[in-house]
Amino acid sequence: MNPSRVPVGQVTGSSRAPLGDLTGTITPSDLHFERHHAGVPALDASTHRLLIHGLVERPTEFSVEEIRRLPQVTRTYFIECSGNGRAPFKDPKPNLTAQAVAGMTSNTEWTGVPLATLFREVGVKDEAQWFLAEGADACRMTRSVPVAKGWEDAMIVWAQNGEPLRPAQGYPLRLLLPGWEGNISMKWLRRLELGTEPWMTRWETSVYTDPLLGGKARQFSFVQDAKSIITSPSHPDVINARGWRPISGLAWSGRGRIARVEVSTDGGTTWHDAELSGTPQPKAHVRFQYMWKWEGEEATLLSRATDETGYVQPTRSQLIAVRGAGTDYHFNAIAGWRVQRDGAVFYHGTT
Amino acid sequence: MRRDLITVVLLLAGTACGGAGSGTSARAGSTVPATFERYDAGAVAGGPGAGTRYAFGRQPSDSLLGAWDTDVGKNGAELPPGKGSVAQGATLYAASCASCHGLGGVGGISPNPALVGRDSSAEGFRFADDPKLVKTIGNYWPYATTIFDYVKRAMPHANPGSLTNDEVYALTAYLLSANGIVPDSATLDAAALREVKMPYRDRFVPDERKGGAEVK
Repeated sequence: MNPSRVPVGQVTGSSRAPLGDLTGTITPSDLHFERHHAGVPALDASTHRLLIHGLVERPTEFSVEEIRRLPQVTRTYFIECSGNGRAPFKDPKPNLTAQAVAGMTSNTEWTGVPLATLFREVGVKDEAQWFLAEGADACRMTRSVPVAKGWEDAMIVWAQNGEPLRPAQGYPLRLLLPGWEGNISMKWLRRLELGTEPWMTRWETSVYTDPLLGGKARQFSFVQDAKSIITSPSHPDVINARGWRPISGLAWSGRGRIARVEVSTDGGTTWHDAELSGTPQPKAHVRFQYMWKWEGEEATLLSRATDETGYVQPTRSQLIAVRGAGTDYHFNAIAGWRVQRDGAVFYHGTT
Repeated sequence: MRRDLITVVLLLAGTACGGAGSGTSARAGSTVPATFERYDAGAVAGGPGAGTRYAFGRQPSDSLLGAWDTDVGKNGAELPPGKGSVAQGATLYAASCASCHGLGGVGGISPNPALVGRDSSAEGFRFADDPKLVKTIGNYWPYATTIFDYVKRAMPHANPGSLTNDEVYALTAYLLSANGIVPDSATLDAAALREVKMPYRDRFVPDERKGGAEVK
């Protein structure tokens, strides 16, 4: 039997990046969140191929080595699953950790080729409006992507953080669509077909669509809007010393750079500008910090991100008001942590 | 696998040495634009020239295209020959699908989704109003051709790709019948499947979020 069609390990499910234990902005490769729908296939890079066909001048089959021989670029981008934050949105229990609340985002220095380079190599025709990306996993996962994104900033990557892609991250080739919901950055990429319309695959119809009030569902909701999360302090930390400490966390936006992060220590009554560490990069995590002097009082710590389009991270009540309590995917509500007088820290998600 | 890892290291090392040797590494960062729309891989330092292809790769064989290009889009234009009945599908479902998706498709072991259900409380596409409503093929999926495409490529979970076209038509017919979309007596082939309209197809709307101050 073809080993790529035998799902291995835990075939469905997810593992989250332990955000509460990490510093800086790069997610160590082996701690990158994982979300599999049909296991991790065992692929051999020496025989793996990428087929590009459909509305192109020159249908072409590339080996992995040939793709690695094209001029390379290295960029840092986050990938966030659009289901990130579903459990705390639906049921904001106090014992949730930063890993459980927001751990399905990870930030990586990716190396590969611009998809635009391959589009020019094969001669994508003007009438092509969408392309189908297909993985070589057991379910041959497929998603439809607008061609414009392929020209803009899409990449075919084969390395993360200076080493080959981890098998769980798509070895040997992954489509990377910066700022978009993680599922569409197709792992184990084997085929791109250029066409005129979306294919309406299972994943973009029955799964990654967002029910809205009024009996509707938002489809092709690709972009991950601005979001932030305080990672320290966070549950299950217990603050055991009064005095100064940083409130530190991560912010990101699928629409570009983070422009501002504010922190509140009184549950959102007053807000203060946090410091951003380094220059924010488009569609990448940036770390923020705000120095806080804790005197033993009860406090509710929140963070609020604004991106360069002027979009301000909303509260959970705002999202429920515009989308409904039963909406799904793209959960980017303001959230944070309640600090008790005894220093114990618990999740606070009812914003 | 191990030999391949070594190959990767050698390739990356070779590229880095080439870049330094040609004296372009200091400018490399500034040559990569914010977007790739105007990025020309032929024009990079040391490259073959603007607008010039590297011309890697080879034309795919008809057998490769035939084996891989099996996707079925929303209009069903690519649907293959073959046919299957609801009754044949019911037998297949019980043998190959019920262990994960439950008897009658009403849901089995999590996270395998429920496939069948037209519970009146979930009709009307009110999913945003009530988090407890369960999505099924009948009350949510916009296109019937998606069932054929996904069952053919991905099912059954432990042996994906093993079903014949006749079997996939039969399972599609059974799932549509169990969801009240086609009659119990139906037999589906390419032409019949293309004619099936799902009840809530028109409820899907484009994404109108676009950044800026408004929360949507």
